[in-house]
Amino acid sequence: MTDSIDEGEMTSTMTDQADQGAPAMSAPHIDMSIASEHVEDLSDVPPVFCARDLEVSYGEFKAVKDVSMDVLEHEITAFIGPSGCGKTTILRCFNRMNDLIESSRVEGHLLYHGVDLYDSKVDPVEVRRRIGMVFQKPNPFPKSIYDNIAYGPRVSGMAKKKDALDEIVETSLRKAALWDEVKDRLEESALGMSGGQQQRLCIARAIAVNPDVLLMDEPCSALDPIATGAIEDLMRDIKSEYTIVIVTHNMQQAARVSDQTAFFSVEVNPHSDTRTGVLVEIDTTEKMFSNPSDQRTERYVTGRFG
Amino acid sequence: MSMPSVGVVSNKDKERISRTVRSTSKDVKGRVFVFSLLFALAITLLILVVLLVQVLVDGWPILSDDPWAFVTGTLRSRSDDPLLGVSQGLYGSFWIAMFVAALAFPTGVAAAIYLDEYAPHNRFTNFLELVIRNLAGVPSVVYGLLGLSIFVSDNWFSRNITGGQSLVSAGLTLAILVLPIVIITSQEALRAVPNGIKEGAYGVGATKWDVIRGQTLPYAAPGILTGTLLSMSRAIGEAAPLILVGAVTGGMTADPQIWDVTALKDRFTAMPTLIQTWTQQSGRDAGFAAAAAAAIVVLLVFVLLLNISAILLRNRYEKKRST
Repeated sequence: MTDSIDEGEMTSTMTDQADQGAPAMSAPHIDMSIASEHVEDLSDVPPVFCARDLEVSYGEFKAVKDVSMDVLEHEITAFIGPSGCGKTTILRCFNRMNDLIESSRVEGHLLYHGVDLYDSKVDPVEVRRRIGMVFQKPNPFPKSIYDNIAYGPRVSGMAKKKDALDEIVETSLRKAALWDEVKDRLEESALGMSGGQQQRLCIARAIAVNPDVLLMDEPCSALDPIATGAIEDLMRDIKSEYTIVIVTHNMQQAARVSDQTAFFSVEVNPHSDTRTGVLVEIDTTEKMFSNPSDQRTERYVTGRFG
Repeated sequence: MSMPSVGVVSNKDKERISRTVRSTSKDVKGRVFVFSLLFALAITLLILVVLLVQVLVDGWPILSDDPWAFVTGTLRSRSDDPLLGVSQGLYGSFWIAMFVAALAFPTGVAAAIYLDEYAPHNRFTNFLELVIRNLAGVPSVVYGLLGLSIFVSDNWFSRNITGGQSLVSAGLTLAILVLPIVIITSQEALRAVPNGIKEGAYGVGATKWDVIRGQTLPYAAPGILTGTLLSMSRAIGEAAPLILVGAVTGGMTADPQIWDVTALKDRFTAMPTLIQTWTQQSGRDAGFAAAAAAAIVVLLVFVLLLNISAILLRNRYEKKRST
């Protein structure tokens, strides 16, 4: 794929991009202020996530490097790129899910509302309560629909009383557009639902702890087109309340739902024959799909590469 | 679906296709394989049936007479004594099972949780896992020697806790014997918990303790239960370590009630020891052969009851898991 790129060239493209980062970001804000009222002053609002030279290794293996990007409030940011380019790895950094993999190591800076997520004083459990996650394969707990939603609020101590929990369960299921389908069988096992319903349940479960960011790791890859459409509608509905970052293999999906798109690619290290993911560029989705700055992006989105 | 009116496949090809599809080529190797599998299963079942029938036939004179008298009877020097029975053996085996349940299960499950969920994966823990696996394969006589030197021979332990040759010593020894098995089966059950469930729980801000208590353990519970209760059956069937830690093989007069804990530090016997003794004595007094067979039947029923309760418990947890 991108075997012939040497280190120097990479660094220079990255610096260029970081420089361009701020002005390029202002474009989607205008769109946003039309879409939703309470984000008029976005230019003053710091980005939700601000990654600078982020890199992740598993043991000796460097999985992804040179990631610098801003993720803006109430926007949907899509990560696209070929398999093995580190999209999911970077996504899992955003709520410190990578901590669960023993050998993983994160370097560089990742600020969440100005706080370095990898500061030693930061508690990953609190981070995950603020930054929810929806996984590739629907993974409901083997419990009732009600208990699936109530689990997060219970462990975080948000709600102890039955009334408060009932309310959270109903609101979360309504937001996930699932309430009408399941309101009469809340005590039934979540494993009896269809795949699409299970994934919406997982979204409801993530919403239940009242996060401000939702990370979605290929949430539709196990779903049929109708269920996928339902999830995409849902994402558009809830983006006024949440900031969403989605990893997707489906470029049409990125084009349909996202405000900005980040394209990742794979670099083959000539000496060790290992593959490292890099962020090629990040820009408004419109620009990425019509007139991207980098040739590699263009080749990928037009289907000639990756 | 609309097929093109002009045939894509020529008539000649159609004939050939229909011939191949309908041909009955015999998968000989596959059939031989299935047959050998069935054969292996049949042999296993046959041996079991022969064993059961043999024991039932041998023990029939005693069991058909008055089985309850045999269950409540005690050790006697003559096989035609009407008071002959296994109550002391049942007392011993019951309390050995209690010791294993109270000591080996919590310790073993806790060790498994630590090794799987908390311990770092490095050379030391790898070595530890290897040691545990090997311990599970150590002959039970060796554990008997261990029990003998730690719990029975004259030292602080035997003077203050076990009382030397006692049920306490036997219970402790057998708890140590099954501990590696409990750890291994619990680890297997914990590893079978889908990662997605754990990640889902971490993803909504659960702490490690929340995840283990609320997701991992409930999911692994049926597997842990099955494994540990099977290891209890193993402990009940062991004879060699009991003899080393001082199970009496004859001349025992005390006959404690099943809940009488004061007898735990006294001399004791257990079902496997009883069976072994009576089999030995059948050379001198042929009637003991029937007594041994009848005792085997009692032991089998005892183990069967344990396994049935294991299955019932497991089913209850599995039902909980799926609702």
